[in-house]
Order: sequence, then structure tokens, then C-alpha cells
Amino acid sequence: MMERRVIEARDIVTSFGETVIHDKISLHIDAGEIYGILGESGAGKSLLLKEMIMLLRPTSGTMKVLGHDVVNIGFKEAQQLRQRWGVLFQFGALFSSLTVAENIALQLKEYTDMDKNTVDRLVATKISMVGLPQRAGGLYPSELSGGMIKRAALARALAMDPKLLFLDEPTSGLDPIGARNFDRLIMELRELLGITVVMITHDLESIHDIIDRFSVLADRHVVAEGSLDDVLRSDHPFIERFFKNEYVNKKFPRGQKCEGE
Amino acid sequence: MEEKYLRVEKHEGQTVLFGIGDWNLYNQRRIESELERIRPVTPLIWDMSGIEEFDSAGVLLFINYFEKFKKLTNVEVRGYTPQQERLYRLLAEHQNDEISLERKSEGSLASVGKGVIDAYREFVSFLEFVGYNTAGFFRYFVNIRNFRYKEMFYHIEKSGMDAIWIIALTSFLVGLVISYQSAVQLTKFGADIFIVDMASISITRELGPLITAIVVAGRSGSAYTAQIGAMKITEEISAMRTMGFDPYYFLILPRIFALMISLPLLVFFADVIGIFGSMFAAKMELGISYTQFINRLQDVLNTKHFWIGIIKAPFFAVLIASIGCYRGLIVSNDTESIGQQTTASVVNSIFFVIACDALFSVLLTQWHI
Repeated sequence: MMERRVIEARDIVTSFGETVIHDKISLHIDAGEIYGILGESGAGKSLLLKEMIMLLRPTSGTMKVLGHDVVNIGFKEAQQLRQRWGVLFQFGALFSSLTVAENIALQLKEYTDMDKNTVDRLVATKISMVGLPQRAGGLYPSELSGGMIKRAALARALAMDPKLLFLDEPTSGLDPIGARNFDRLIMELRELLGITVVMITHDLESIHDIIDRFSVLADRHVVAEGSLDDVLRSDHPFIERFFKNEYVNKKFPRGQKCEGE
Repeated sequence: MEEKYLRVEKHEGQTVLFGIGDWNLYNQRRIESELERIRPVTPLIWDMSGIEEFDSAGVLLFINYFEKFKKLTNVEVRGYTPQQERLYRLLAEHQNDEISLERKSEGSLASVGKGVIDAYREFVSFLEFVGYNTAGFFRYFVNIRNFRYKEMFYHIEKSGMDAIWIIALTSFLVGLVISYQSAVQLTKFGADIFIVDMASISITRELGPLITAIVVAGRSGSAYTAQIGAMKITEEISAMRTMGFDPYYFLILPRIFALMISLPLLVFFADVIGIFGSMFAAKMELGISYTQFINRLQDVLNTKHFWIGIIKAPFFAVLIASIGCYRGLIVSNDTESIGQQTTASVVNSIFFVIACDALFSVLLTQWHI
């Protein structure tokens, strides 16, 4: 069974020397949610994500991911945990010496004893699922366009059928149509596979369309958390600046209504 | 064998197949071997309610065997959750029996042809590189203000000054080994003092320049390739071009000049240390005192040997720096390419340094210098 709380961060402090990036941040992410992390540049969104996926240790505080305390975790436990999530990096981070199919097959070959035929079938399914043509499997990352790299990287993140997916700015660098398609794809995968999605994003439309709840990082704290409506109730300067401007009001009349409340 | 993922119950006229446990990627192989043993003869009911984890590997397996069993008998599926059904629909839609993931490989003849054409193209692009450099070189001297002193001095420091310790160490050891080895032979003839002639001439004329050039090729040539290659990948070079900063001016010529200035100085330094190394070994092995060694050195070491060694250095420098920079510029858009080009850069520059040295050797002997 899935734990209800997929991620629970409590009193996370991150500092480098004198510079404090996070000052006692707490948040939780529930199973099946699409959760966004938003914030000014330099507010430590990527650092928070890195702390969730064990690329960085918080200076203090506790972080629980899928029930495991990732701040104090043994090697074996960590290795097992790493097979249960998928991470999509901002620029794909596909291994450039491997073809797309080999990139996707890598974990399947390493961690399971399935035969080549089955692995190939799974890989082909994943490639098709993220909307890439079959022939993309034989291409090297350097031969792909930006949008295709994102899709291929998503397929790689989904290789092990993770229940938890981390996305670092999934729609950045995509054209508006591509970005919306990508949003729809993530929605669809959440519906179909029942995964929990944690994403860093600046994309207003993603926030509006697909994100269930999100937190806003600014001034070393989470200044607002919850659904879009909840967040809009806050009067923090960053939120005022980011959400309550002419552009947003014009684009999402719903925001205007909230503001008027 | 114990059935862990399947339980079969036979009733009159029908078989019920219960899936149990985790049908996921870790168990796929064992589930498959259990399924393989099932040969339904009577109508089959496939019950999924006992399956705890059902992921895409498990569902694909189900799709496979469902098709197979359907050909043999009637199959009824029950006990699946809506979630599992959605996953099934998704996979059924996307799964494909004709998988073509392999990269189309070419025949051996085609790859030979490709290799030849690539080599030709590389040659042409190297000529282009040399041409650009020559053009840039002359433009430098049309207007001296174009000269990038800052970059040049930076690279003199990085590839010259910073290499001093490794060059000191290698040339000291080479000098030491040369006299140590020849001492044994020379004592046989009672020609101890000739060690000075041997060591000093070979070090100043050949070994000093060669050792220095090889160390610098490994140290700085590779660094040039990696730096410029990384800049190529991050599109910094393209950015420079669009701003009107010619990469030949800003990146390549400063490096070539820096090496042309620092390599002769390093060779001089290597000569001194190398001779000191052989002096040290001569004293240890043959008991020739430093004074004796230096007196003899002044008699036998004609300055022409020293100058020949020094003159060669700028030629080596041009080879090392331009090969390093050229290899950096042709890095293609993936990380592996940096490694390949860096290797090629070091291998090529060491080869060309030695070839150039051989050419000097032949020419100077022909001219009786």
C-alpha cells in the first residue's frame, strides 16, 4: 500500500556558510497529487528538490520520502528507494553515449532479471506512451530536438514504473503547444498510473491547469501553500507580483475573481 | 515447483486462474515461467483480485498470455480494479509487436567509406582552421591594439608557469637517468669525463625540448581541447561569434602565442635542471665534482646545441596549441565527443612533435649544423 504522505519535510534548514537558503521549511505532499514548487529564482527550489532526491543533505531538519528518512538513510535502503522514483532533469540529462532506447532500458537491465525481449517491449511501450515515434529509440540524444529530449527523459524516468515522479521545470524550453501537450501527458499519466508528481515550475498555465497544490518559496520560507485559491489569499509581495498582475488577470479571469473576494 | 504468483483451481467444465502476489518488474521472469506451464483446455476464468502490485511489466505479461489463451479457449477476466484496467488500456494502446529500437547499422564497406570521407573532411577542416589562423595572425599585426595581452598572459601563467614543477621533476629525472646509465658504459673505457659531453649535448639539443613538449602536450594541449570543446557544447563559441568576437582572436591565437613564448622558456629551464640532474648522477656514480663538470661543460657544450633546442620549441608550441584548439573546435554536441577529441589531441600533438623533431634532425644533419 502507498503511504498517504508521500513526502514530508519538517523544519528543513539549508545553508552554505553564512548564506541561509531555507530557514525551517515544512511541507507535505500526499499520494496522487500533482504538487508544484514555485518561487523566485535563488529561493532554493532546485535545492529543495535535490534534498528530496538525496542529491543534497539538508543542514538540519527531517525529510521523509515514501516513508524513508532520507537524511539518515543506509546505502542499501537508499538504493532501493532510488528504484521507486523517477526524476526528469531540466535539460533531460540523457546519457549522450547511449541511444534513447538504451537510456530507458538501463535501469530495467540493471535492476531486474527480465530478458532482452521483454525489456525491449517495455521500452517500446514507454516510448510510445510519452508520444515519441518508434524510430526515436535508435537515436542518440544529440540527434533529438528539445521537446523530444524532454519526452525521452520522461520515458526514462518512467522506466521502472515509479510511484513518484520528480520533474524539474518540465515545460521550460518547450513551445506553448508542446508545453500544454506535456502538461496533458503528465495529467494522463497521473490518472492512468496513479503516480504522485512533484514539479518545479514557473509556468502559469501548468500551475493553473494541472497542479493540485503547490508551495511558494520566498525569503527563505514557504510563504504560501495550498491550491491556487489558497495561495492567492496570501499578500506576500512575491505572490502579489507573480499572480496579481494585469497579465495574469487577463489570462485567467478566475484569479481576478479570487482577488476581488 | 511451488506456484507463487498463480493458483489454479479446476472446477467442472472450467478452470479458474488466480493471480497472486506482486506482478511487477522484479518478478516478471518467474511469473512468466509459471504462466508458461499453463495449458488451458476448459474455459478459463482469470481472477486478478489477489494481485497486490500490478505494474506495466505485469500488465504486458497479462496482455501476452491473454492473447495466447484466447486462441485456445474462452477466457474471462475478473477481479481487476479500475486503476488496473486503465493501465491495461494504456498499455494495450501503446504496445507494439514490431519493435524497432535498434539503430540501423551500416555494412562494413559503408563504414570504411564513411571513415575515408570523415578523414578527408577532417583534413579539409584542419586546413580551414590553419587558414583562419594565418589570416588572424596577419590581422593581429595590422593593428597591434587587437592583441589580447590579458588572455595571453593568463595562458602563459597557466601553461607555462604552472608547468614548472612537473617539468623540473621530469627533466631532472631524465638527466639523472641518462648519466647514470651511460656512466656504467663509459667507465669500461675509462672515459668518465666524456659523460659531460654526452649528457649536455643530448639534453640541450634533443631531450630537453622533447620532454618539455611532451609534458606540455599532455598538460596544456588536452586542457585547450577540453576548454574549447566545453565552450562549444554550451554554445559560448556561437555566442561569441554573434557578438562579433572572433574566437580565433579571443581563444586560439592567445593560446598559440602564449605557448610560443612559454615553451622556449620552459625548454631553457628544463636544460638547466636536466644538466643539474646529470651532474648529480656524475658525482654520485663517477665521483666527478661539480666544478670539474662545469669546467668541462664550458669547453664542450657549443652554444649552437643550446640554440637548436630553443629554436625548436616555438615550432612544437604551434603544433601543440593549434592541434589542441582545433580538436576543441570540432567537438560535436555530446559529452563523449570531448573525451574523444581530447585523446586525439594529445596523441596527435605528441606524434607531430616527434615527427617535427625528426625533421629538424634530418635537416640539421644535412646542413652540417
